[in-house]
Amino acid sequence: MELGVPFSDPLADGEANQLAAERALAAGMTPLKVLDLAREIRGNHPNLPLVLFTYLNPIAYSTEIDFEEFCFEALNAGIDAMLLLDLPPEERGTEWTNGKTYNASIKAANLPLVALIAPTTQPERVPKLLESADAFVYYVSKEGVTGEGDEFSAKFAKNIEMIKRHTHLPVVVGFGISKPEHVRAASGTGVDGVVVGSAIVRRVESLSKGKGTIEELKSFVSSMTAATK
Amino acid sequence: MNTFETKNTPSPDAGGHFGPYGGKFVPETLIPVLSELERVYAAAVADPAFTKRYDSLLANFVGRPTPLYFAERLTKHLDGPKIYLKREDLCHTGAHKINNALGQMLLAERMGKKRIIAETGAGQHGVATATAAARFGLECVVYMGEVDMARQAVNVKRMEMLGTEVRPVTAGQRTLKEAVSEAIRDWVANSSTTHYVLGSALGPHPFPMIVRDFQSVIGREARYAILAEEGRLPDLLVACVGGGSNSIGLFHPFLNDASVRMMGVEAGGRGNALGEHAARFDGGRPGVLQGTRTYVLQDDSGQIALTHSVSAGLDYAAVGPEHALLREIGRAEYDRVSDDEALEAYSLLNRLEGILPALESSHAVAWMIKHAAEMDGNEIVIVNLSGRGDKDLDQVLALGRTGLCSKR
Ligand SMILES: Cc1ncc(COP(=O)(O)O)c(C=O)c1O
Repeated sequence: MELGVPFSDPLADGEANQLAAERALAAGMTPLKVLDLAREIRGNHPNLPLVLFTYLNPIAYSTEIDFEEFCFEALNAGIDAMLLLDLPPEERGTEWTNGKTYNASIKAANLPLVALIAPTTQPERVPKLLESADAFVYYVSKEGVTGEGDEFSAKFAKNIEMIKRHTHLPVVVGFGISKPEHVRAASGTGVDGVVVGSAIVRRVESLSKGKGTIEELKSFVSSMTAATK
Repeated sequence: MNTFETKNTPSPDAGGHFGPYGGKFVPETLIPVLSELERVYAAAVADPAFTKRYDSLLANFVGRPTPLYFAERLTKHLDGPKIYLKREDLCHTGAHKINNALGQMLLAERMGKKRIIAETGAGQHGVATATAAARFGLECVVYMGEVDMARQAVNVKRMEMLGTEVRPVTAGQRTLKEAVSEAIRDWVANSSTTHYVLGSALGPHPFPMIVRDFQSVIGREARYAILAEEGRLPDLLVACVGGGSNSIGLFHPFLNDASVRMMGVEAGGRGNALGEHAARFDGGRPGVLQGTRTYVLQDDSGQIALTHSVSAGLDYAAVGPEHALLREIGRAEYDRVSDDEALEAYSLLNRLEGILPALESSHAVAWMIKHAAEMDGNEIVIVNLSGRGDKDLDQVLALGRTGLCSKR
């Protein structure tokens, strides 16, 4: 399960996630409250893998907690790994504050990271990206931001194969996957997992407007899960 | 004057860092595109044919060099230093933005990209990009916040007449910041066919460097002209700072001239509270926004704050990263003036010199008006008039701030 830290300016996100962040912020959500939420979920579901999905600014530049403390707290709250959308390997060694790099603080806290690989990533770059991953590899299946797609093409299958040759970490695929047939197509490429974001977020948005039911959401998620088998 | 001859320190390092600022904090999908742009740009500036073509466009299409004009009546009125205006308002399309738009259009051409996207706040960068795209026969889409579309309606029409599609941005505050995000999202999805002509010295590397280099023609010309006219360097440079392109363009060629002070003027808006201004150095702190680490206006939990300025071009929550470094090392200073002071300057310069400055540029003029008394008559100042104020007339009329009742 991916838990998003809302940010006012989510530049890798399409409309569904932008609106979700807006709703969350309007309701008073903060990075620290997201960790409270993580603690609560962890309490109820001891074995559910929990990934924090976030941009840098709200966790590294708030005045409420510093970046290193946040990494420690995230791990304490039961977060298994962090996906930082705007921290490419090039910037890991940059200092977020005097004398401390992002990398040093993430390592100090022992918080595993997810590596993002995009369809535009050159093959030569893949080993460098894998070096900085310790949780799993997230292959971005479309050029573009998060959001539901009508069509889904599994033409990236050979990229998955190539990545798998370089790593023993699990490889998951996401971006634009919104229907059971997309899940089936993605699963066919040999990935270890499929990420569905906006399609669920949209349904939660409808729920917040009194449209649809929790049962429908549950059955949608089940239909997606069933398609992985 | 060779376009790329002045390579002053501090330039960014290989990763695009200006000391602790700058860099490329972007999703992986954009990294290869930014690398391509870096490569193409490095090859372009090393290619004399590129420089020649760019310089020729600046001379014959933009109308450069722009004059360095001695503002005699303003100088007399303020009874302080000798004030020169660098007349970027006389550039084709009415502002300095065209210097960068044309340069980047040449880069797009080198990359074989046929589609251009841009963001715009005041509409000046949008108009400049739309103009350059028309000149090069390229498809162009400009993202613009709905609020800015309303306050700069004439520029919207101008862009449309140039064959550009203006896409309204309805997210968040519906101004420049949201337009930048939308343009980046478009770029992420279409990077193989599309070049993003970022309009200011901000965003991820290599944009702050590229935009600075293309805008440095302002400072090179000003330096040359003041030496010819006065036989010495100026004591002070003054420019408004939105993202920071006209100011870095003026400052950069003077960075090694230790006797030259530099003053960047931010939008003080209508108050000191967060949300009432766009004075990043006054009310902000370091953060990461839209691909770069710099000073950012944000709340306690790291959410980007709302901003306000009467001038759309200064109404942005972050500042170009090189300015953050120049301030930190004490090479440049930054201050703010209010909406009111800028509006006063808008009509005063018009009355005294017959020059209507853009509301953005009016901030630089206003700072000069405020601080002229602190300097003496032997000192020389260059104020950058980054653009002309015709685009702002509707807004100034609506605010009732034409200065018509207060005869001077
Ligand atoms: C005339 C003019 N001056 C200044 C600016 C501010 O931008 P920058 O700080 O990049 O020069 C703008 C931006 O739209 C503008 O149109």
